Amino acid sequence: MTTNTVFLLFCAVLLVLGGVAFTLSRAKASRVRATGTAMHAQPDQYAWFAVLATAGPALLVSALGAFALLLMGAEIPTLYLLSASLIIATIGLVMGLSQVRPDFHARRAIEGVIRKLLAAAAMISILTTLGILLSIITEALRFFQMHSFWDFVTGTTWNPGASFLSAAGRGEEGGSAAQFGSIPLFAGTFMITLIAMLVAIPFGLGAAIYMVEFAPMRIRKAAKPVIEVLAGIPTVVYGVFAALTVAPLVVDIAGLFGLDASYSNALAPGLVMGIMIIPFISSLSDDVINSVPNSLREGALALGITKGEMVRNVVVPAAAPGIISASLLAVSRALGETMIVVMAAGMRPNLTANPLEDMTTVTVSIVAALTGDQEFESAQTLSAFALGLVLFVVTLTLNVVSVFMIRRFREKYRVNNL
Amino acid sequence: MSQSFEEISAQLKKRHRRSARMKWMTMGALILSAAFLVVFISDMVVRGWPAFQQAQLQVEVSYDEQSQKLPLAAVDEDVRPLISRGFFRSLPREMENNPELMGTTQTRWVIADSRVDQFLKGNEDRLRPADKETLQALVEDGRAALKFNTTFFTTGDSKMPELAGIASAAIGTVMTMLVTMAVCFPIGVMTAVYLEEFAPDNRLTQLIEININNLAAVPSILFGLLGLAIYISFFGVPRSSPLVGGLTLALMTLPVIIISTRAALRSVPDSIRHAAFGVGCSRWQVVRDHVLPVSLPGILTGSIIGLAQAMGETAPLIIVGMVAFIPDASISITDASTVMPAQIFTWASEPNSAFAEKTAGGILVLLAVLIFLNALAVWLRNKFERRW
Repeated sequence: MTTNTVFLLFCAVLLVLGGVAFTLSRAKASRVRATGTAMHAQPDQYAWFAVLATAGPALLVSALGAFALLLMGAEIPTLYLLSASLIIATIGLVMGLSQVRPDFHARRAIEGVIRKLLAAAAMISILTTLGILLSIITEALRFFQMHSFWDFVTGTTWNPGASFLSAAGRGEEGGSAAQFGSIPLFAGTFMITLIAMLVAIPFGLGAAIYMVEFAPMRIRKAAKPVIEVLAGIPTVVYGVFAALTVAPLVVDIAGLFGLDASYSNALAPGLVMGIMIIPFISSLSDDVINSVPNSLREGALALGITKGEMVRNVVVPAAAPGIISASLLAVSRALGETMIVVMAAGMRPNLTANPLEDMTTVTVSIVAALTGDQEFESAQTLSAFALGLVLFVVTLTLNVVSVFMIRRFREKYRVNNL
Repeated sequence: MSQSFEEISAQLKKRHRRSARMKWMTMGALILSAAFLVVFISDMVVRGWPAFQQAQLQVEVSYDEQSQKLPLAAVDEDVRPLISRGFFRSLPREMENNPELMGTTQTRWVIADSRVDQFLKGNEDRLRPADKETLQALVEDGRAALKFNTTFFTTGDSKMPELAGIASAAIGTVMTMLVTMAVCFPIGVMTAVYLEEFAPDNRLTQLIEININNLAAVPSILFGLLGLAIYISFFGVPRSSPLVGGLTLALMTLPVIIISTRAALRSVPDSIRHAAFGVGCSRWQVVRDHVLPVSLPGILTGSIIGLAQAMGETAPLIIVGMVAFIPDASISITDASTVMPAQIFTWASEPNSAFAEKTAGGILVLLAVLIFLNALAVWLRNKFERRW
């Protein structure tokens, strides 16, 4: 018998046992109730409790067994494991049936099981964060055993290409040794992020201010979905747009001014990333500006100032913490954005301040390190995890600061919907 | 200190002008943002429209023994270089499947080579002069034309642009999304129900809440690193499979579903809960029979938006190896597969310019699906949303 048939058989038997548990305990409960005895729960609830008692422990045991089988490499034959689970299911069935008594709170027992199940589901999000942290940190530590942390942080040359030679034990022949200095990558990342923010913050904020303060309801209702469509476009599509349309355009325009631009310049991905982030900033700022109390606006207007002065001197300063928080989130979004830069930015680490040259970013290097035909143990592959660790720490810090700012705004104006 | 009336009214005029200028500037920001969208969509449509057309040639195909052995012999020598190599490759199988064709000569439309395709679309000119003359003659006879490209929707990836299609990527997307939703919809809804309806207000609950908000802002590529290190290296899930891609995307989509489900649950007024408790329901009975049914449209809306987001995601899938060359789709969640955004990415990096229109064509299909999903979500929200 193959594993699949055994597994199917196990499921079938468990289903049958569950069905038996349901019908038997419901019949028993109905019988007891028919005699006129008052019971703590309905017959159906006793029946469901019996089903839970039958299937729950059995599934738990088989899951634990499968886990041990896969992870610890324990030698438990699948057949034994499944039959043990079935025996446990039978015991559970008998126990469940014996619990069909007038003084047993079946409903409360079911409630307890469901509460634990829901709590277990909630723990998965914690496990995810732990999983990201653990996977990144362990691999990054292995990388830092091979190359010094100090060189990684302060080095200005990123040249991982030679590392596969040393992994193959031929480090001496490869000529130049692999170098992992991450400064050029971060310089490129920050340059592209800066360009993106220079596009996204004025446009996003301007659109939000117009929609909240000036636009008639009709325009506001029509414009919001249009901006949201921008947010729903996949990043790979923006990447194609940046690489095929914007980058040649930038080269042509730079040529008009007598400047020499690379086809994988940093400006094109930066501009397109800015467009991508506009809806992000505009919808967050929209919410914030909307929740500035109207009494502030009315008070300002009552003193005789114009609407523009009110926006500039009253509304925007009041909403500033929220706007800054939105911008920080947008920066963290831009730092971690991958597809646009993979498709439109360069592959060459380049420490320069000229956005018309090609530059590479942290995320491009992560993708490059993990899509090559490198073995998993090589320093180049592991360097992706070191970069990922830095990226995680930076974005996490930005997010925490942003949450802190929005909380201050919320407390100041007692806004509850942010 | 004292200002004359003229001074004040001049100043006031200036102030109002500045106010109006601000209004126009912010309006300009909004209009330009919308203009970006228009430019962007029209750019994609202009680039991608030709992908839905494919040059075909009407030629005489002779089905005889010789062409079974040497398929090139089935057509005239002078049109041979104009026809797709894929047609010749499929010829022997076609004859095997239809024995009655043997010995006949049929005049039929066949797929042209991509150079012919590009020439007819006026893009580039890489045909040899002799071939070009033949083609011109065919065009004048009406025997070479651009027709609707069904191949694009029925085949997988190919190294020959005229045979490349999105079918296998679409199947890969469906398989991956099935895995994603099967994992993250139940877990997401359960987490949201726990946090909104069951959880005590203690440190652990606060930790879970902060954690979910943070997960929503973690760059997607880091989920790819998690998938690579945990699913592939540790658990040994097959690389490039919809299983590993779906599980990775599920973790990424989880916060979206949790946050929108919580919002939907929170919008159910407490009076409904109190009424249910009042007639003696337990907490789970209140949730199952009253809160969940009422908030279901909101939950579905959030899940569809999460699904659309996961469908467009590429970065984590590149890391777990889902950018693969898949000519034939397989309906299994453990076989190597690719998804639509990854297929677009692959085509975009092909040097052959015939793939550029395939890229944009794939984008149009993907955008159509995503816009449909988002419209569905909006429709659901408008139809079933209740104001309390």
